Amino acid sequence: MNQAMIQVQDFTKTYRDFKAVKGITFNVYGGEIFALLGPNGAGKTSTLESLEGLRQPNGGRLSVAGIDPAKQHHLLRNIIGVQLQSSGLPDTITPDEAMRLFCAYHKVDPRFDLLDRLGLASKRVTQYHQLSTGQQRRLALALAVAHDPKVLFLDEPTAGLDVATRAELHDLMRELRSEGATIILATHDMAEAEELSDRIAILLDGNLAALGTPLEITATGSQLTKISVRTQNSTLIEQTIIFPGVCHHTTKGNYQIYFSESIGITVAAIIDHLQTEDDTLIDLRVERPSLEDRFLEITSKGLNQ
Amino acid sequence: MNAFIQHFAFEFRTGIRNKTLLLLNYLFPLGFYLMMGFIMAEINPIFQDVLVPAMTTFAILTATLLGIPDPLVNARERGIYRSYKIAGVPTFSILLISIMTTMVHLAIMGLIIASTAPLLFDAPSPVNWINFTVVFISLAFASAGLGVLIGVISSSSRITVLWSQAVFLPSMLIGGLMFPFSLLPTAAQKIALMLPATHAMNAFNGLAMNSGSDFNPWISVWILLLGGVAALGLAVYLFKWDNQNTNHRTRTFLAILALMPYVMGLLIA
Repeated sequence: MNQAMIQVQDFTKTYRDFKAVKGITFNVYGGEIFALLGPNGAGKTSTLESLEGLRQPNGGRLSVAGIDPAKQHHLLRNIIGVQLQSSGLPDTITPDEAMRLFCAYHKVDPRFDLLDRLGLASKRVTQYHQLSTGQQRRLALALAVAHDPKVLFLDEPTAGLDVATRAELHDLMRELRSEGATIILATHDMAEAEELSDRIAILLDGNLAALGTPLEITATGSQLTKISVRTQNSTLIEQTIIFPGVCHHTTKGNYQIYFSESIGITVAAIIDHLQTEDDTLIDLRVERPSLEDRFLEITSKGLNQ
Repeated sequence: MNAFIQHFAFEFRTGIRNKTLLLLNYLFPLGFYLMMGFIMAEINPIFQDVLVPAMTTFAILTATLLGIPDPLVNARERGIYRSYKIAGVPTFSILLISIMTTMVHLAIMGLIIASTAPLLFDAPSPVNWINFTVVFISLAFASAGLGVLIGVISSSSRITVLWSQAVFLPSMLIGGLMFPFSLLPTAAQKIALMLPATHAMNAFNGLAMNSGSDFNPWISVWILLLGGVAALGLAVYLFKWDNQNTNHRTRTFLAILALMPYVMGLLIA
């Protein structure tokens, strides 16, 4: 395991009487892609912005590459890159000007190649307000990585992007990781988090609800496997049928969906039933619980408490 | 230094690219100047003598008090300062560049007015160009400082308009642009001495136009310079990176300290 690049210890953040983050602790290791997940208001942005030096923590200790973000912002700015959720650029600036300006403040040469790579080659002299949302986010990302930061903070990096650009962005993130950059990513896109992240933290109501690799997090869930079945004669629609191992059952369109704790026994019972009833199987899908399922399980538990 | 130059160049171009700023920096002052030159000089022949200083002062007040604050509030609300903070842009650069670029636009505008007024309206040119430049820079700095301070303390664009008009409108009415300071009632003169425009007109008339001043014009120059320093200093002190302004009352009270040089002027003049 690499050295901890980001350390969060007993971190709390309050806004007047509202406690947004309630003493969370976790580390992010060098060269890792770390996803911060949680519903709106869970404390993700407060945590990220405190690590970026934009907010003062009310308690605990934060460290980014050994630097205290609240007290040593002048040292922090050259080692971090940040793609903010909000636009953060003037309406009249062009991508070329923004690249020159931000690189000049970081004292590095402008990286116009990044604009080309992120599909902004034809928009380099277009004013910011004339760019599409996706183009604006790509520009923000290009600016965030232009000075080769050690730590990269990305807040909803792929929101509003088309599939091709999203894939390009994921490639770029993997490339940055392979070059040693540490990436901390706040996202609502579970597939993205599952696909890209080495580890994930799920925040809920200001607390750390789960922490681990995507596999670890999905494995600690209820372990129910989703079995979706569609048949020719719809003999499974009969509500009184109870298959062994099934904890609950639902219907979605032409599919019967079973959540089973014992996949082999349940599938065998379904096949037996279809043979007995002389029905024909059209489709049968078995899905392990995804990160999204686990996330919903955690957040719904939290909301119901 | 390269970063400062890049930032300055971008902000200068914004003063032309942004339609509102283009209007406030050039089109509105130019249109008003032409209208006043053609109409006011016919109605009030004395106005011809102060056409150059009055319209230069008007251009400065428009570009600074109406043009500077709103973009600052918008930039804060849209999180632009936050991204600047992350990139390491100093507070002083953000505010100083805003003042400097506006002053460059104003220099162009001032040159247009001062060079065309004698040709178009037979208005007298400044007699002492060096003093004209000194007073011009002093007023531009004082007024831009106030503009920046208004932008820094305002919680929204709506509040910005109120603060800006609180200085701009009295300046137009009793600041010596339309009527000489000496013709104002005593009470109005006292209020007028709290305005940068009054000191600018006094200094322009006394030092640049040689048409006589109502009180020591160098005192006016010093008051403008001190006013600019106070306003810029307070703006830097009260500046917030966050996209919402808080502690309105405390901040507003502190901002009013920027008027101290004018209060001193009221006692001295």
